Amino acid sequence: MPSVARSVPVTPPQQAGETPAISLRGVRKEFPGGIVAVHDLDLDIAEGEFVTLLGPSGSGKTTVLRLIAGFEQPTAGTVLLRSRDVTAAPPFDRDVHTVFQDYALFPHLSVLRNVEYPLRIAKVPRAERRERALAALATVRLEALGDRSPAALSGGQRQRVALARALVNRPAVLLLDEPLGALDLKLREQMQIELKEIQRTSGITFVFVTHDQDEALTLADRTIVFSEGRVEQAGSAQEVYERPASAFVAGFVGTSNVLAGADARAVLGRDGSWSIRPEKITVTAADHTAPAGWTTAVGVVEELVYTGATTRCVVALEAGGVLSALLLNGGGNDLPTLARGQDVRLSWRPEHEIHLM
Amino acid sequence: MSVDTTLTPGRRVQALLHRRPALRLTGLLTPALVWLGLFYLVPLALLLATAFFDTNSFTGRITYGFSAKNVVDVLTTPAYLLTAARTVGAAAGVTALCVLLALPLATYMALVARERSRPILLALVLTPLWASYLVKVYAWRILLAPEGGLLGGASPGYGWFAVVLTLTYLWLPYMVLPVYAGISSMRGSYLEAAADLGARPWQAFRSVVMPMLAPAIAAGSVFTFSLSIGDYITVQLVGGTKQMLGNLVYANFSTDLPFAAAVALLPLLVMAAYLITIRRTGALSRL
Repeated sequence: MPSVARSVPVTPPQQAGETPAISLRGVRKEFPGGIVAVHDLDLDIAEGEFVTLLGPSGSGKTTVLRLIAGFEQPTAGTVLLRSRDVTAAPPFDRDVHTVFQDYALFPHLSVLRNVEYPLRIAKVPRAERRERALAALATVRLEALGDRSPAALSGGQRQRVALARALVNRPAVLLLDEPLGALDLKLREQMQIELKEIQRTSGITFVFVTHDQDEALTLADRTIVFSEGRVEQAGSAQEVYERPASAFVAGFVGTSNVLAGADARAVLGRDGSWSIRPEKITVTAADHTAPAGWTTAVGVVEELVYTGATTRCVVALEAGGVLSALLLNGGGNDLPTLARGQDVRLSWRPEHEIHLM
Repeated sequence: MSVDTTLTPGRRVQALLHRRPALRLTGLLTPALVWLGLFYLVPLALLLATAFFDTNSFTGRITYGFSAKNVVDVLTTPAYLLTAARTVGAAAGVTALCVLLALPLATYMALVARERSRPILLALVLTPLWASYLVKVYAWRILLAPEGGLLGGASPGYGWFAVVLTLTYLWLPYMVLPVYAGISSMRGSYLEAAADLGARPWQAFRSVVMPMLAPAIAAGSVFTFSLSIGDYITVQLVGGTKQMLGNLVYANFSTDLPFAAAVALLPLLVMAAYLITIRRTGALSRL
């Protein structure tokens, strides 16, 4: 594996001898009606780690977050925070703060008083309270809006106030429940950078729930992919993306490009399910010969989707199966006149064929 | 190409109204304003004027000249002021009891009960409003009867407490409805956020629930308070020997109308003071 090995350093799930910030041991959550939201989950999150819980809606990721926060009680198993058993502890007795999906800013309090709220509850003296709240507002660049009512803020500003309020009392763990879901794309990308920065400088453990795979991969030291209440895969962005452990992960993280059964035998000469990432595939004219050692297949262009920087090219293979290739719309494109119905040759290095369990 | 400029009269009116928003507004508001003026403000002004007339003590006829006698009487006679204080006390008691009963009830209806049973519970709260006022008060009269009543020896008997109890029963829906609406608006994550940020249930109740509910409680209290202050039938039926301001008005309006009008100014003043106080707290602007 040449390129994969040169990856960015990944925080290990648990450094030897260090107690994890969060430990879930055999945690199971059943809701009335026999719905099992979380199946016997074992999960350690290290101190200072930025973890994203990624999965489609109904995969149990938000339930895991609510179990850590204390809004839900597990049906079985234990929840440990810094090795203290908090399984039965109410939310106010856990050193965990949450940024809610709907922000949950108190409408009767000004922005500043919202941020002061956890300090007021903790009986921090007035002057210190004010000072720390202003400092927290400054980290999210909203110190000028302290007197405003939350109703007078934009979505992005509310999101930042919620973040300041959850951070001001320096919890051991910050939980974020799809906090960027309501923001537009530009603002979301900007907030992702800010979140990452705040996490790095504060050193607080972040657990971030999202259904957006780009967001999960961008933010996290470690991404945990959920499906139907179980962990499908846990690992760094590179691991999850380049080495998906299952067909579900391959499909959910990135574009699904799977050859299975007869198609896999015909194209790859192998049994089982195989995933090839679209950007690993080279598209050339059909009479072009592929580089030595590469896997190759010919087919007909079925669809061309132009998205600005890239073009997605969907090819129906002669041997069977459909593959998408992602072409960068750069200056040196071999095939400037790609058109629907055209015969093309797809080729890729065999090491990009990933066997799915 | 010729443009068709002929307009039917109907279209002409439509076009005129479309161009003149002020005209539209005037048209819509005039009936309501005429109603309000003729049947509300004019009688109120007449009431105020009547309070400053006098009655010939021999013939019993009203003399139409300015006299502050009745108003001064009402404002300086201890018995009348005591009645006023008792009335305000009863209204305050009714309001406080309504808040105490409505909070848990509305919390259950809005947050605990299943979504399907909410309309049923709401209907159950509203049903008593469809029954006749007199029937309900007579029912309480029988219930509270000191001898042979349903409560038997446990009955508090007719009097001030019976009045507060009966009025609380009568006006409770007017408090439950706004409080229910207020609590419904807390279905989001506010309570979870308070707990998450370290607030114990009691702290969350004081720092989040009560401030967020203040406008709803204020709205409900305007009903319970003003309806109680003006009531006289309940007082007649279950109040025993106790009287409230409404009874003074009722007892005098056929024999000494100017005096009755002067007494009627008292609840008016109390309500005005009450509304101004509530307005000061800012609760009304957040309704």
